[in-house]
Amino acid sequence: MLSTCADPKTLEGLAWLMCYLTSGKHLLFYLSFGTVILLLAVTAPVALLFGFGGALASRSRITPLRWIGRIYTSMVRGVPDIIFFLFVPIALDQGFEYLRAKVYCDPGAPIRQGNDFVVCAAAKLPLSTADQWVHQAYGLFLAVIAFAIVFGAFASNVLYGAMNAVPKAQLETAEAYGMSPRQVSRRILIPQMWTYALPGLANLWMILIKATPLLFVLGVEDIVYWARELGGAKTAAYAFPHPDWRIYYFLGILVFYLLMTWGSERIFDRIRFRLSAGQATMAGEAMRKTAI
Amino acid sequence: MKKLMLAAAVLALSAGIGAAQTVRMATEGAYPPYNFVNDQGKIDGFEIELGNELCKRASLECTWVKNDWDSIIPNLVSSNYDTIMAGMNISDERKKAIDFTDPYTPPPPSAYMALTPDADIEGGIVAAQTNTIQASHVAETGATLLEFATGEETIAAVRNGEADAVFADKDFLAPALAESNGELVWVEGHDTVELGEGIGMGVRKSDGELKEKFNTAIQSMKDDGTLNALLKKWFGEGAVQF
Repeated sequence: MLSTCADPKTLEGLAWLMCYLTSGKHLLFYLSFGTVILLLAVTAPVALLFGFGGALASRSRITPLRWIGRIYTSMVRGVPDIIFFLFVPIALDQGFEYLRAKVYCDPGAPIRQGNDFVVCAAAKLPLSTADQWVHQAYGLFLAVIAFAIVFGAFASNVLYGAMNAVPKAQLETAEAYGMSPRQVSRRILIPQMWTYALPGLANLWMILIKATPLLFVLGVEDIVYWARELGGAKTAAYAFPHPDWRIYYFLGILVFYLLMTWGSERIFDRIRFRLSAGQATMAGEAMRKTAI
Repeated sequence: MKKLMLAAAVLALSAGIGAAQTVRMATEGAYPPYNFVNDQGKIDGFEIELGNELCKRASLECTWVKNDWDSIIPNLVSSNYDTIMAGMNISDERKKAIDFTDPYTPPPPSAYMALTPDADIEGGIVAAQTNTIQASHVAETGATLLEFATGEETIAAVRNGEADAVFADKDFLAPALAESNGELVWVEGHDTVELGEGIGMGVRKSDGELKEKFNTAIQSMKDDGTLNALLKKWFGEGAVQF
């Protein structure tokens, strides 16, 4: 906070705007951009991991494992995202607290009391005494899990398709050279599938970026929450009264999302170029021809 | 994957045992002057000042939690926090899900606000915040109910012509009306509608002990006049008093 901003009611024009844009509330707004980027940075690898697990399970020779992989991909993809986003965090939270209650609480006390879900103080997660940031981090953690489960299912389908797209002849040749199935996967299948998986994964990344406003549904204070909160008309109860400015805030968010997707598009183009080199795909063939 | 599960398990089981009870109080943070986020980004308002004083009198340690209005009751029931102080009117419908302490405000008058004093509130479109007693009231009249997640959006809907009028707590609408330079006016004959039994603190049905503690604290603030002083401070000289 700037010292000149002590009494905003006396300020005008640019000075007022400067003070307005550096108010504590706006700093929280700016920080929430970090929350969104953090969520993306954590969710993408976790979702990819889920997807990888799902794809490998779907291809597994062990029947029950194959069923699990198939059920996971088809079930999660078939249910509206928002239902998962509402269900997973609540279910996880109550599940954790239920388990903790079994360990820490008096076993005689009922957990379900009519409508209420009550565990003893020691089993609360996070504890009631924990700092607010712990509660927020925990909320974000649940959000990451929910996102990863949903996007993992889509990624799993993309990777499954990509693995099937790798020419069978190559895998059989590797086998003929005496590689074990695990070696075939690690040395031939996985390095080659990326070029087929990339378009699908790039698509998913774009959708993931666009899905981050769902954080707001999960109670995490993201940029959409703050834009709505800051943009709404403010009466003199606030230090900086102003009319309805939501349109400007939402415009700012729009620019942010466009920049994010535009930037990712460029990065994906470079990765695509590198992955296509030397591949027997159309893109790889085109590169070979221009190189001659 | 294994590491992730391990991390989850550690997070789930570590956090210590046997800590003292802290009461977590939820509010919406978007309903001035009852509760709002001030320009420092902190929670502020009538209910925050009142809640802190009640906790002091009941010798409880309290922290504030912000929660969306829409999910504020479900999250109380699933024990994410222990009380609700969010301008919530005591009503029979809500009493089915949660308990309330004694009211800490007298029944607050509601009011219709519009761009013209003769707005059609019987057959027109009326905006109200979701899950409020005002929304239920509008649904019972002949008007078409237009619901919004926050109170602020209901006023914006009247300003941009989406709704003919907005129906909400009068104390919430009054500052917007006063500062609109005559753009917004009360609907004639409907500027004071009595609804509900007053605003109370919501607690879980299984939490009778906490409710009693707060009831005692509220009563002591009513008795020594501090509650009336607080009402006057936040709602102006004309505030309804106990």
